[in-house]
Amino acid sequence: MPSISRDEVAHLARLARLAVTEEELDLFAGQLDQIVQAVAKVGDVADQDIPPTSHSVPLTNVFRRDLVRPGLTQQQALAAAPAAEDGRFRVPRILGEEA
Amino acid sequence: MTDLTRLTAADLAARIQAKDVSAVEVAQAHLDRIAAVDSAVHAFLHVDGPRRVERALAVDEDVAAGNPAASPLAGVPLALKDVLTMRGAPTTCGSKMLEGWQPPYDATVTLKLLEAGVVILGKTNMDEFAMGSSTENSAYGVTRNPWDLDRIPGGSGGGSSAALASFEAPLAIGTDTGGSIRQPGSVTGTVGVKPTYGTVSRYGLVAFSSSLDQAGPCARTVLDAALLHEVIGGHDPLDSTSINAPLPPVVAAAREGANGDLSGVRVGVVTQFAGDGYQAGVLASFEAAVAQLKELGAEIVEVSCPSFDLALPAYYLIAPSECSSNLARFDAMRYGLRVGDDAARSAEEVMSLTREAGFGPEVKRRIMLGTYALSSGYYDAYYGSAQKVRTLITRDFDAAFGKVDVLVSPTTPTTAFRIGERANDPMAMYKADLCTIPSNLAGNAALSVPSGLSDEDGLPVGLQIMSPALQDHRGYRVAAAYEAARNAAQGGPLINRVPELEVAN
Repeated sequence: MPSISRDEVAHLARLARLAVTEEELDLFAGQLDQIVQAVAKVGDVADQDIPPTSHSVPLTNVFRRDLVRPGLTQQQALAAAPAAEDGRFRVPRILGEEA
Repeated sequence: MTDLTRLTAADLAARIQAKDVSAVEVAQAHLDRIAAVDSAVHAFLHVDGPRRVERALAVDEDVAAGNPAASPLAGVPLALKDVLTMRGAPTTCGSKMLEGWQPPYDATVTLKLLEAGVVILGKTNMDEFAMGSSTENSAYGVTRNPWDLDRIPGGSGGGSSAALASFEAPLAIGTDTGGSIRQPGSVTGTVGVKPTYGTVSRYGLVAFSSSLDQAGPCARTVLDAALLHEVIGGHDPLDSTSINAPLPPVVAAAREGANGDLSGVRVGVVTQFAGDGYQAGVLASFEAAVAQLKELGAEIVEVSCPSFDLALPAYYLIAPSECSSNLARFDAMRYGLRVGDDAARSAEEVMSLTREAGFGPEVKRRIMLGTYALSSGYYDAYYGSAQKVRTLITRDFDAAFGKVDVLVSPTTPTTAFRIGERANDPMAMYKADLCTIPSNLAGNAALSVPSGLSDEDGLPVGLQIMSPALQDHRGYRVAAAYEAARNAAQGGPLINRVPELEVAN
């Protein structure tokens, strides 16, 4: 019994905005299942009362002075844009046809 | 005439200051070498940024004017991993997603290098977005190991390690999320250092796993790595995870270590890192290295770190989880690739088509794995448990460093494997990081120093030395002492035994 099904992988791909092919789904489903089974070993400690570590250096509230400093110019910001128009980023439509 | 490409960085810098040779000549010698051998090695994705000549000329002008050197590495060439931004050159991260992307800003590491008068020759190949252990995951072709061109140079920083081992550059920068500096160092007979997390700025380092990523120095000698470490390290207000503390005295430690006395130093051998899956020649080289440390006066004890057995599974949940979040930025809107923008498709469709076309298989696998681990219903079992393991690993290190000054292990369980050998087996590939991952999860310092050649295949083996957080200098001291002793016992630096490459005319 696989721990992660082909349908689940298709769902993950949609969530992650990856338009994967049918062949990729076949490949990834098998590989991800193998990886998930291997990493599931961390579940050995799931029931133990251990504080989680998200970060090895426990820093909180790092402040710096609120000083004005130069950022990118409009031209620099747009220089690597896939498409620009009227000094702005041009993006594909963001609403569906029926909207 | 001396072959400038064979000299250490320290030696090159001294000769430039003494006016024996100019920084421009040194840069040219390395560019000539790259032109001769990089078609076979393919360490570089981009060579010769316009700021290279400018920098070398500026160093020579300083020397001529009698100005003090900008740093102990002024005029020395360096290969920069293509995951750090530098204005005037593309930053691709080995991905089609960023093909030709010209970043509008310099990484802090890049700026510090330029301010130090280091001459950046170009950008080196890597596994896509630093995900991999072989550099086979680059969208721009594989890099080959100068010791055997049919084998991998390690990864993700295989371009940087191969550039050092093929004498294309005496210094390189790598980044280490799970071993991407140390494992390439190990399999190419070079030195690779992962500094304490937070001591080298991540500003301008394209993020893979933010709580683990750490840039560090790569070199052919321990002293050169230490000199580079001091150039790139230090607090940076632009990185909110940067530690505001003085950098450990790594250069002084490397010089002290070279005197060869390790009396009073307690060295712990991690008992978990041996046995099944470890190549016999790697273990033999490791045991010989430990014996050598003992001869130098170190006290050797065995140390058990039981939770290290869970480090690999925890890493392959934490790193993909952070990756799935970090790589969400590649959305085809403001920079990078855009595919399928035909005026009919929606932004979401364009985004999905772009990410499908722009990312390679390993990146997709990790994004999906991370998406899975962070899903509601699975979060506690996977990501939550992995974070608990991270605590246990830190506790194991703390307990170990209560008894010993440094810990040692092989850097990676095998020597360089053949190109293609593990390409279709992700779990086999992941195991290359078995010994290096704990120090990423705990954030402490660790380095790899060459320990000789493996008996069965004649390929380089690395000795990993792990130190507590902010005690990076301990590892440098031990590594420098070991390096000097190994060189004396085996008739010179290991790197001198790398086969001559066929030089193109």
